[in-house]
Amino acid sequence: MEDEKSFTDLCGGRLALQRRYYSPYCREFCLSCPRLSLRSLTAVTCAVWLVAYGLFSLFENSMILSAAIFITLLGLLGYLHFVKIDQETLLIIGSLGIQMTSYYASGKESTTFIEMGKVKDIVINEAIYMDPVEPHRISQVVPVFQSAKPRLDCLIEVYRSCQEILAHQKATPTSP
Amino acid sequence: MPSRPCPRPRPRCSQPRGGSTSQPALSFPSRAPGMMLKAFFPTCCASADSGLLVGRWVPEQSSAVVLAVVHFPFIPIQVKRLLAQVQQASRVGVTVLGTWCHHQQEPEEGLGHFLEGLSAIFTHEPWLQLCREKASRAWSCRATHHQVPATPGTPSEDQVMLIFYDQRKVLLSWLHPPAVLPDQQAGDATASAGGLAAVFDTVAQSEVLFCGDRYDEGPVRLSHWQSEGVEGSILVELAKWASGPLCLLLASLLSLVSAAGTCWLWRLWPLPFIGSKLSTCEQLRHRLEQLTLVFSTEKAQSPSELMRKANTLISVLMDVILGLLLLSWLHGNNRIGQLADALVPVADRVAEELQHLLQWLMGAPAGLKMNRALDQVLGRFFLYHIHLWISYIHLMSPFIERILWHVGLSACLGLTVALSILSDIVALLTFHIYCFYVYGARLYCLKIYGLSSLWRLFRGKKWNVLRQRVDSCSYDLDQLFIGTLLFTILVFLLPTTALYYLVFTLLRLLVVTVQGLIHLLVDLINSLPLYSLGLRLCRPYRLAAGVKFRVLEHKAGRPLCLLMQINPLPYSRVAHTYRLPSCGCPPKHSWGSLCRKLFFGELIYPWRQRGEKQD
Repeated sequence: MEDEKSFTDLCGGRLALQRRYYSPYCREFCLSCPRLSLRSLTAVTCAVWLVAYGLFSLFENSMILSAAIFITLLGLLGYLHFVKIDQETLLIIGSLGIQMTSYYASGKESTTFIEMGKVKDIVINEAIYMDPVEPHRISQVVPVFQSAKPRLDCLIEVYRSCQEILAHQKATPTSP
Repeated sequence: MPSRPCPRPRPRCSQPRGGSTSQPALSFPSRAPGMMLKAFFPTCCASADSGLLVGRWVPEQSSAVVLAVVHFPFIPIQVKRLLAQVQQASRVGVTVLGTWCHHQQEPEEGLGHFLEGLSAIFTHEPWLQLCREKASRAWSCRATHHQVPATPGTPSEDQVMLIFYDQRKVLLSWLHPPAVLPDQQAGDATASAGGLAAVFDTVAQSEVLFCGDRYDEGPVRLSHWQSEGVEGSILVELAKWASGPLCLLLASLLSLVSAAGTCWLWRLWPLPFIGSKLSTCEQLRHRLEQLTLVFSTEKAQSPSELMRKANTLISVLMDVILGLLLLSWLHGNNRIGQLADALVPVADRVAEELQHLLQWLMGAPAGLKMNRALDQVLGRFFLYHIHLWISYIHLMSPFIERILWHVGLSACLGLTVALSILSDIVALLTFHIYCFYVYGARLYCLKIYGLSSLWRLFRGKKWNVLRQRVDSCSYDLDQLFIGTLLFTILVFLLPTTALYYLVFTLLRLLVVTVQGLIHLLVDLINSLPLYSLGLRLCRPYRLAAGVKFRVLEHKAGRPLCLLMQINPLPYSRVAHTYRLPSCGCPPKHSWGSLCRKLFFGELIYPWRQRGEKQD
């Protein structure tokens, strides 16, 4: 069962939250971040090239232009592969664990899985500099949806669903 | 216990039982929720024929790890015997967990009764019944408890979650739990690491179950990841066979070399002193230790030891290859001759620059007014040293090419040895700078201590050595007079000495920086775990940071099917976990203590050699 809703993030960009209910104890939340805008990309490229042309006219060395090409390409590749996150997913499987996946713009996937035995609770923590919605460990706090930065209304939806599953989990005895 | 073999079940009238094998119990809020059972099923058995499920039941996690499928026909007593053997050999509690049914169309009634009957022969709580249709590829599973019913008379059922795993990858991978936090106990971490680590351990320790394949003529027919044919490679077998005698030979050679190294001749002074100062000897010793470790005849006890050995071997091989490349580059095109020809003029040039510097200091450097007499003395003293040094270099110049040629041969021992020799050559060639630095520092240090002591006299205080503190003291008039005189003299001579000290310290720091960079490179080559990084690149499932799940099937009325894949360790963690120990320690000064030492004129030793105490 799939469901899509639209929210805004902290900076005002548009976020899409997709909820999938696979089963009563398995749910997935996908948060899609705003895509890379052509405007900002063009602006950065133009800025780099203006600086390169300025230096070239000063020093008359064509290596500067080649260096500018390299820097732009490598910078773009690095940004797409290491920085720009397209989608963040939270998969909760009751009695197994919680899995958080980040999908980068270059297709890279980075996954973290925390076993249910290690998760103490999922809370919304209101802090100015740190991102909200964190599952607690004994001495470690793991933030979720760090790069999408959703607002409170979106988080409340996710929080309610997660707490339903965790409540189920806590109600069932763990040993036969 | 029936002793006749259980025949393959024959299809009877095709009345489907109607839903009972395909509906897992859903939990509704109005009803008390059942326990969630996790069944780990190997992907290789998904297309196997019907039979019995064999594996391990982990009650704490409520999970059943299926290791293999026993096919019909079988004799129950032989199956039990096999399982007992496996249990003894691997110390894993392998039992029959349930039944597996892979059929063409809807299940028949007779089959259902037959499968139920099996649960009476091989009792297990809970009894799993996995089912798959060939045509529609639909899965269904059901777990029943016979002994602990919720309502008496009827067996209770659990919800089951199917998790598929790749048996071969899980068998071969090593799980790296996240780093233990400093405030947690080590025992705590292993206890809480249960769960998925239990699954990995079960599969890894049950290797003896996977030894046979379907071409074996055993009493019991099994299906697992190796049932199509046991994996093997001729090269690997040959290497294993040859490694025994080879290791023995190399170990004896290495013990001979190390025995020669500890011979009494090397204890004669000044050889140990020189040996401790040269980084080449340090590097050679380190390499000898590493090679002894690699070629030792004991088998590696744990995977981390094995990785260490492999990393060391590959690192040494890489080092030697790079060294040979350097050697071929140096000895081709008469580069040694060019280098030797360039060396003496460079040394001359350096000496000339130093002379210019001293002339500048002896004049009015940067417009400062120096004390002429002291200036001249110090300047001439250092100029004489430079003159000696230049004569020495000119004396050596006919032999330099020969020496360089022979030293270049040492590159075949490895690039790190060649770099260490380079660092030692740099140290030898700039020995005069080191001497100047020591002279300047000692002079400056004496001056500073003298000044501080006389300053205390000026104020009527004294340093009490017994109590290690400053005490007041009454001086005679003579003492005060001489003390004040000396104090004044020292104060006015301070700028000159300080300037010489500053200049030579900067030169020394420059040389130390160059040597430090070379040592950094040597450390990098020494400690980089190439084998682990290569393994992470080519076989990422071998080094696992954890697992990741993917939801495969989630139709209503069918059990939830997940695929468990291995999440490989990131490269930074691989390099950090498996890095080899490097020789020599990193400098232990903080910036604050370094500045303090520089200000008071204490000598700095930028790196500690083994056994060397700080002055």
